[in-house]
Amino acid sequence: MNIQRRQALKSSGGMAVLAVAVVAGLVRPQDALAADWNGAAFATKTVADTVKAMGGGVSADSKDIQITAPDIAENGMVVPISVSSNLAKTQSISILVEKNPNTLSASFDIPEGTDAFVQTRVKMGQSSNVYAVVRADGKYYTAVKEIKVTLGGCGG
Amino acid sequence: MAEPMKIRAAMQGDKVEVKVLMSHIMETGQRKDAKGANIPAHFIQNVTAVHNGKTVLAAQWGPSVSTNPFLSFRFKGGKPGEKVAITWTDNKGDKRTDEATISG
Repeated sequence: MNIQRRQALKSSGGMAVLAVAVVAGLVRPQDALAADWNGAAFATKTVADTVKAMGGGVSADSKDIQITAPDIAENGMVVPISVSSNLAKTQSISILVEKNPNTLSASFDIPEGTDAFVQTRVKMGQSSNVYAVVRADGKYYTAVKEIKVTLGGCGG
Repeated sequence: MAEPMKIRAAMQGDKVEVKVLMSHIMETGQRKDAKGANIPAHFIQNVTAVHNGKTVLAAQWGPSVSTNPFLSFRFKGGKPGEKVAITWTDNKGDKRTDEATISG
């Protein structure tokens, strides 16, 4: 049995439970999303699908998002990436690596009072565009940066 | 049992800058062992940071976050001497919480 199918089954099962809980009024949707792990989004393979799985429709390019990362990463196992957003009411920041087996790498909820800034390290299988997807005031915005990888961080 | 996190929280002007280094294998599920069998994925899924009972950051991670993950962020409203607690949960249900005191 292949793993993707299993994951899909698992996450759809989780979503069903969640939906029941929402209908029953046990959890408000925003609480549920914050507490849960969005398996559907982490299983996606393209940037557009990821944004969709996170609940966004069309996303617009924005110059108010900065991705700080090396142009050339020698080691794909550890690529430092930081994202900051100047968009008003930034609610979440996600980091997507287009050519990784699964696009979505990390997603951060930014509550009020926390800077629209995160820094972390991700693995990259090969040279790829890295996207930052920011949800601000309910809308989705993206920025992109190409990172060349000398030594891949997946497989092996 | 997982190793403790290294957490540093320090005032940067009126904000608290938090840096966290976690100890976790972050296995992707993509790799194979010497016999060609898949090594199952084992990675941190959720990370939360709490200050004075308020969540100041909530993250969802996939397996492509690097081994021994590093995380840095800044929030307002903290004072020296107060505490920031970081909790992670992985896909096998392991969990770990560590605390750091904000320095001036």
